Amino acid sequence: MTEALKMAARFTVLALVFAAVASLSNRPVHRSLPEGVGVLTVSFSHGADRRAACRPATDEELAKMPPNMRRPEICPRGRPPIRVEIDIDGTRMFDVTVPPSGIAGDGPSRVHQRFELPVGIHEVSVRLAEGAEGDFGWDKEQAIRIDAGANRVIDFRAASGGFVIY
Amino acid sequence: MTPDKANDWTPLRLIKRALRRSFDLAERGAARLFSPELNPLAQLGAMTFFLFWIVAVSGVYLFIFFDTGIVDAYSSVEWLSGTHWYHAGVMRSFHRYASDLMVVSIALHILREFSLDRYRGVRWFSWFTGVPLIWFLYISGITGYWLVWDMLAQYVAVISAKLLDVFPVFGEPLARNFLTPEHLSSRFFSLLVFLHIAVPLILLLGMWIHIQRISRPKVNPPRKLAALILAALLAVSLWKPATSQAPADLTRVPVETGLDWLFLPLYPLAESIGAWSLWGLLVGISVMIAAMPWLPPFRRARAAEVDLPNCNGCNRCVEDCPYEAIRLVPRTDAEPFPHQAQVNADLCVSCGICMGSCPSSTPFRRVHDLKTGIDLPDQSLRAVRERVVTAAASLKDTQRVLVLGCEHSAAGGDLGEIVAFPCVAMVPPSLIDFVLSKGLANGVVIAGCNESSCYNRLGIDWTKERFAGARDPYLRKRVPRERLITIWASPFETGRYMAEKTEFAERLSALEDLTPVDADDGGSQDRQGVRS
Repeated sequence: MTEALKMAARFTVLALVFAAVASLSNRPVHRSLPEGVGVLTVSFSHGADRRAACRPATDEELAKMPPNMRRPEICPRGRPPIRVEIDIDGTRMFDVTVPPSGIAGDGPSRVHQRFELPVGIHEVSVRLAEGAEGDFGWDKEQAIRIDAGANRVIDFRAASGGFVIY
Repeated sequence: MTPDKANDWTPLRLIKRALRRSFDLAERGAARLFSPELNPLAQLGAMTFFLFWIVAVSGVYLFIFFDTGIVDAYSSVEWLSGTHWYHAGVMRSFHRYASDLMVVSIALHILREFSLDRYRGVRWFSWFTGVPLIWFLYISGITGYWLVWDMLAQYVAVISAKLLDVFPVFGEPLARNFLTPEHLSSRFFSLLVFLHIAVPLILLLGMWIHIQRISRPKVNPPRKLAALILAALLAVSLWKPATSQAPADLTRVPVETGLDWLFLPLYPLAESIGAWSLWGLLVGISVMIAAMPWLPPFRRARAAEVDLPNCNGCNRCVEDCPYEAIRLVPRTDAEPFPHQAQVNADLCVSCGICMGSCPSSTPFRRVHDLKTGIDLPDQSLRAVRERVVTAAASLKDTQRVLVLGCEHSAAGGDLGEIVAFPCVAMVPPSLIDFVLSKGLANGVVIAGCNESSCYNRLGIDWTKERFAGARDPYLRKRVPRERLITIWASPFETGRYMAEKTEFAERLSALEDLTPVDADDGGSQDRQGVRS
């Protein structure tokens, strides 16, 4: 075989191997969600009010403090957990007490929960309590339309009045 | 010590043997088509380096046109793949396909080195330092897919965020960045661009560390092979240009995505088994691979030793050692030479190439206790000489063919008269001269590994160069070449090995018989083949 023919054969073999590799770069297609299904994601990050755990300082504690740092209340650094409940179409789908994040437990509690729901309108009720006991100070009920492949989101922003639905 | 006998577990040994057989078949086929010098399977490491440079250069080119905004990222990539397909689009395809090919070449490289048992003993370093490279390669690729910000990028971003959010190190969960279009920030793309540049640089540093304990590492394929790779990449880039999927839309779920199955096969797995299970799997596999050099540890022969009275610090063993285990240091005795060789036992694999390269390694020397400048304690020059003389005395067939062969080659299974060495380059050229000039045999077969896969990396190259007179110590011209052949055959090519050996023996029968003389009579033959 002449050198030119050899080079052509080598090129062909390499090109075929490379083509096979290139084919794997976007085939076969991966389906991550069944047909006729959409997603509702409840995701937020909220730090429970740590003032709930404050208590009056005793005279002894006050005496130990420098005069310019004396405060009537002692508030622990850690935050209390939050409790979240989610009902979808009347069924309790999520009921969790979420601890605060951080090594010292002083970070916000985080919730990120994904629900795959069939296409249609769903009655969604979501409640949040600033403590494990379940005194739900924040709640929202709404009918949410889920389309095929849609990504609906429930966020929470205390400063904006509570739950926000996208 | 052959890989099969080197303190291995039976299942591992069987897996290695099966893999070795598969590679051997593929390598022989590739060597026939490409020639041993251009055989891509014999230089997977060098090919990976070359592919890295293709990815790097094409990446720099693409970065000129890339914008880092939420909308701009996608539109800039579409622009270069559409309007400017003939330069930027081709470069994008180079960037993607060369990255994919890196995954393939690294996977083959790992399997091949494993099959050759090249990861235990002192070779642990390259294996161990290779493990983080796999992680860096994947991080580089995954951040790259993220940058395009199409539906595939969205899928990668959402799953990656979930995987990372299990670690409580981020103030705000990463997944919240991809909840809705309002949550996404352009600054995130700037961070990703930084990562996509920084991680490959760390990868390059890791690749440099990876090759530190081997001498003459092959980091560039031959030019012809490099040209072929570029041409094939160009052809594939024109045939199937790398394209984007639909633009990312956080109000939708990426229901169907065309995944890159080389870089992203773990993403569907993460969806099904969850983040913690996947991390456990990845860390477990990585730790297991990293620990493999010691599962079980390689039991090797003792390291080479320098004999100072016979070492003049000529540097040849330093030059020839494939593992950088020898260096020159200032002289410590009274000999009138500035340097002496020093062996680092932690790096020595006891291949004996240094002994074969030493000008003092000549069996003609008439000293009673035959010694050389650098020697293997478990297979000294003196022992080699005795074995050669004994084996030659046992030659019974009329052709009297003596085999000096590498134990990792087809000769390792030869039932005839063979003197086995850890590497073919351990055979000093003067030993061949000794055998033929003393009439110990009518012909000598020098048998080594297949040309594509020398067990000790450079043994075949050095042997060829010594025989061609291009490397000291060279094979003297007076050695009758018609009485010498080289056979490069793997343990799976015993058929070819035996056929070539038989054919050689038949050719020898046409020549005159050599008369054996007293092998202990060194006489005027002292220091054969020594140029210095």
